[in-house]
Amino acid sequence: MDATDARNDLVGIVLVSHSAAVASSVVELAKGLAGGGPTAPVAPAGGTPDGGLGTSAELVSAAAAAVDRGAGVAILADLGSAVLTVKALLTEGDELPAGARLVDAPFVEGAVAAVVTASAGADLAAVEAAATEAYAYRKE
Amino acid sequence: MLDADFFRRWMNDTAAAVDREAERLTALDSPIGDADHGSNLQRGFNAVVATLKKESPETPGAVLVLAGRQLISTVGGASGPLYGTLLRRTGKALGEAEEVTEEQLTGALRTGVDAVMTLGGAAPGDKTMIDALMPAVDALGDSFAAARAAAEQGAEATTPMQARKGRASYLGERSIGHQDPGATSSALLIAALVEAAEAAEAAGE
Repeated sequence: MDATDARNDLVGIVLVSHSAAVASSVVELAKGLAGGGPTAPVAPAGGTPDGGLGTSAELVSAAAAAVDRGAGVAILADLGSAVLTVKALLTEGDELPAGARLVDAPFVEGAVAAVVTASAGADLAAVEAAATEAYAYRKE
Repeated sequence: MLDADFFRRWMNDTAAAVDREAERLTALDSPIGDADHGSNLQRGFNAVVATLKKESPETPGAVLVLAGRQLISTVGGASGPLYGTLLRRTGKALGEAEEVTEEQLTGALRTGVDAVMTLGGAAPGDKTMIDALMPAVDALGDSFAAARAAAEQGAEATTPMQARKGRASYLGERSIGHQDPGATSSALLIAALVEAAEAAEAAGE
């Protein structure tokens, strides 16, 4: 079990992917790259409840509730139904914690940036900005 | 006037149509999607039928809001939040009235279709469910039958289009020549609405 910072002022992160394996692997990657200390709470919401590829509103809601410490929850999603499900849930208004937000960011790079910043104690706006900024990182 | 029973019937007829056409929807989704549209919608609308039976909402708006919420939580693919938003927004627009007019339904559906466009970012001509829904809502002002014809024509008209939204858009020009599965299921939804209207009319006479 990874060390997660017990402080209650940290932003929570939820990673929503079509694949359970992708979501949990990116959680592991982001926590690993966040350094040796305790990290902000991060939870995966990957695939459908029966283990297939897709998006589960229940898994997203449960993950968001699990990482919510009252400082906001940054949600990153991979594509298609993952993005649309989060948006539809946010519009609904009562299935995600207050202060939950869909962050427009590349999934892997954005997740690493979000977890690193949130673990350092940044607020939701700063976490969101760091994740979105990951779009600017060019690879050639 | 259209009451909660009318809307329940619409949802039940849609579920039956999706059951009947599930294989065709999935077949349409195979060349340009991920071959799950029929089974995803089947799971979603079966859950809608079950939850409507269990909770028996009492107003048109409540029927659609509950159905939409159920689709968002059970479909698992992009059609869940898209159809869920369509029904939920339409239901919210109908408010708490026990009966609504056809004009109110038309206006509410337009609100629902607008919400789908906002959520998915699709415009007419992008080869999506909007290409069936938009003409159907436009024709609904004339008659239910005109709306059904408009939705079916709209779905067929997606065949020569190049997809600009969703997974099919990655295929670029190779998406041309296939009827869009989402527009096809949208035509089923509108056809079921007309079935419900015809049944209500027959019962009223």
